[in-house]
Amino acid sequence: MPQLWLTIAILLYGIGLAYSILLTFSGRREKLEPFVIAMVRIGALFHFVSLAESVWTTGRLSLLALQRTESLLAFLLMVLFFFTFWRYRTFSHGIFVFPLVLALTLFTAYGIRPADLSAPARSGWTVTHVVLIVAGYAALFFTFTASILYLVQERSLKTHTFSGLAARLPALQTIDELGFRSLLIGFPFMTLGLVAGSVIAEAAYGPGYLRDPKIVLSLVMWAVYLVLLFTRWAAGWRGRRAAVLATAAFVTASLAWAANYVGSMHGMAP
Amino acid sequence: MNYTLLGVNHRTAPVEVRERLAIPESRLPDAMRLLLQTPGVSEGIVFSTCNRVELLARSPQAAPDLKPFLHEFFRIHAAELTPHLYEYRGADAIRHLFRVASSLDSMVVGESQILGQVKEAYAVARTVGAVNGHLDHLLTRAFAVAKRVRTETNVGSSAVSVASVAVELAKKIFGTLEGKNVYLVGAGKMSELAAKHLLAHGAGTIFVANRTHERAVKLAERFQGKAMLFEGLYETAADADIVITSTGSPLPIFRKEHGELFLARRKNRPMFFIDIAVPRDVAADMNKLDGIFVYDIDDLQSVIAGHVSGRRAEAERAEAIVEAEVRRFEERIHTLDVVPTIVSLQDHLEAIRQAEIDKVRGRLGALTPEQEIAVEAMTRGIVNKVLHTPMTALKEAARDSHEGRQAEAGTLIELVRRIFNLERDSEKQGTGKR
Repeated sequence: MPQLWLTIAILLYGIGLAYSILLTFSGRREKLEPFVIAMVRIGALFHFVSLAESVWTTGRLSLLALQRTESLLAFLLMVLFFFTFWRYRTFSHGIFVFPLVLALTLFTAYGIRPADLSAPARSGWTVTHVVLIVAGYAALFFTFTASILYLVQERSLKTHTFSGLAARLPALQTIDELGFRSLLIGFPFMTLGLVAGSVIAEAAYGPGYLRDPKIVLSLVMWAVYLVLLFTRWAAGWRGRRAAVLATAAFVTASLAWAANYVGSMHGMAP
Repeated sequence: MNYTLLGVNHRTAPVEVRERLAIPESRLPDAMRLLLQTPGVSEGIVFSTCNRVELLARSPQAAPDLKPFLHEFFRIHAAELTPHLYEYRGADAIRHLFRVASSLDSMVVGESQILGQVKEAYAVARTVGAVNGHLDHLLTRAFAVAKRVRTETNVGSSAVSVASVAVELAKKIFGTLEGKNVYLVGAGKMSELAAKHLLAHGAGTIFVANRTHERAVKLAERFQGKAMLFEGLYETAADADIVITSTGSPLPIFRKEHGELFLARRKNRPMFFIDIAVPRDVAADMNKLDGIFVYDIDDLQSVIAGHVSGRRAEAERAEAIVEAEVRRFEERIHTLDVVPTIVSLQDHLEAIRQAEIDKVRGRLGALTPEQEIAVEAMTRGIVNKVLHTPMTALKEAARDSHEGRQAEAGTLIELVRRIFNLERDSEKQGTGKR
C-alpha cells in the first residue's frame, strides 16, 4: 500500500514539475498556480500517508532503510517548499525542488531494495542521526537553490532584462534572506546530526571510522558550510562567491549521499 | 465644421526639435490667442509637454492651414519642421486627441501625467476664451474617454513613469523599501519626483547633496531629510541603499573605486544607483561590481519599453474604446448639426415673412386689430406648412445619424442649406452662440 500512495504522490508532483518548467522557460502562468499548488499539496498528503504507513507497519527503524530515508528527505523538501511558497509567495524553487523530489520518490517506489542494515546501525540513536542529517540536507538544499536563483536575479538586474524565470523571481534581498535563513536552520541540524553519527560510529568501530569515505565527505561538506556561514556573517558574502561555496557544499553533499550506493562500512555493509 | 490637429511628438521629432518648440506655461495663453487669429479658426487649443507640442483648431468651414502659426510663434521656418510634423483632420484629429488624453500616444503608454497636462491646457484655453462650444464639448468628451480607458482597461496599472520604474526596480532588489535610505545627489526635478515616489512606498531617510548647498537644504526640508555636504559625498554615500544622481557634472562622480569602498563599508549589502544625469554621473564599470546595480536614463526607458509590450493586449482594448468613442462623437456632431440648420431655416422663413408683411402693409393701409391677427395667422400658417416637410426630414436625418447613416444625413443637411441659401446664416450661428 505505501507504494500505491507514493505513486499517486509522484503523479501529482509531476504536475508541479511540469508547471515549474513552463514557468521557467515561458514565464507568466499565474492563473494555473492555485490549481498546481492544490494538486501538489494533495500529493504531499499521499506522500505523508505513505511514510506514516510504512513507519506504522514496520516500526520507526524502517526509516533507516535507505529508500525510506529518501522518501523522508523528499517529504521534508516539500514541506520547506510549501513554507517558502507561503512565506515568500514564490514558486521559483520548484524548478530545482521537483526534479529532486521526483527522483527521490521514484527511487523509493521503484528502485532496488538495499541490503539490510548492519547491527551497529540498528539503534534508536541512529534514527536520530538520520532524521537530523536529512533535515539538514533539506534545508541546505534551499540554500543552494537560493544561491542559484540569486545569481539569476542578479544577472537580470545587471543586464536590465526581465524575462522567463527572472520575471517572477522574488526580490534579490528576499532570495538572499531565504538562502541565509535556510543556512541558519540547516547548519545546526547538520552539525548535530554529524555529532550524533560520530558518537555512534566511535562506539561501534572506534577511531577508525574516520577513514570511511562517506564520513570524510560529510566532514568536508560541513567545513564548506561553516565557511559559507562565516564569510556571510563576517563579510556579507553574497552572489557569485556565496554561490560557488553553496554549489561546492551541495556537490560534496550529493557525493556523501551517493556513497550510500557505492557501499562502505557506513551503515549498509557488515 | 472641421477639426484640424497639427503637431510633433516624441516619435516624429528628436528631443532637440521638441525643445525648440516647447512652450513655457507662462506663454501658453499668448499661443492660444495667436492661434485664434489664424484665418478660419474659430476655436483652438495648444498642448505643450516635454513629449509633444500640438495645435488643435476648429473651423466652421474648410480646414485652416495652421503651419503659419509655427513660423509666427516660434520663428522657425516651416520647411525645417515639415519632416517632423503630422496633421490630422476630422475624425482622425478627434481620434488623435482621444488617444493623447488616454495616454495611448505617450512614450510611456498608460502614464497618468498627460491627462493632467491636457486638462491644464484646457483650463488656460477657457480663461483665454479660446474654447467655447464645440471644441469645449470635444475636450470634455476626451476627458471622459480617458477616464473610461483608465477604468475599463489595465493600461495604466503597472509602472507608469521613470519614477515609478525606479520604485519597481528598487523593490526587485530590496523587496521592501521600508527603512531603505535614499541619497539625492543633485537637486533636480526628476530626482525629486523619484524620491517622492520612493518615500510614498515606505523609504526611510532622504539625504540630499548639491553643489549649491542651499538648494540641498531646501529640498531636504521638503522631505524632512538631511542636507549633506557635497564635499563629504564619498564618506556618507555608503549609508544610502538607493542613490539618485542628477548633477550637471561633465565627468562621472561615482567610479569603480568608490563602489568598492561603499561595498566594503556596507558589508556587501546591495546598493542601487539611479543615474538620470546626462552625461552620466555613475561610471559604466560600476555596474560590474557584485552588489551594485546601476540604471541610467536609457536603461530605465528600456525597462519602461518592456512594460509597454507586456501591456499590448490592454492597449488594444483601449484603442477599441477610443475607436468606439470617435464614432459616437462623430454621430453626435451630426445630430447637433441638425439643430442649427432647423433654427436657421426657421429664422430664414420668419425673416421672409416679416419682410413680406412690411411690404404689403403700406399698400393695405391701416388694419383693424382683427385684420392684423388674420394676416399674422395666415402668413404664419403658410410658413409652417412650407416648413413642415423639410423639418420632419431633418429630424429624421438626425435620428438616422444615430443609427450610423451619417453620410445620408449629411447630404440632406447640405441640400436643405443649399436650397434655402442658409450658408451665411449658419456661419453666424456656428461662431456666435453656443
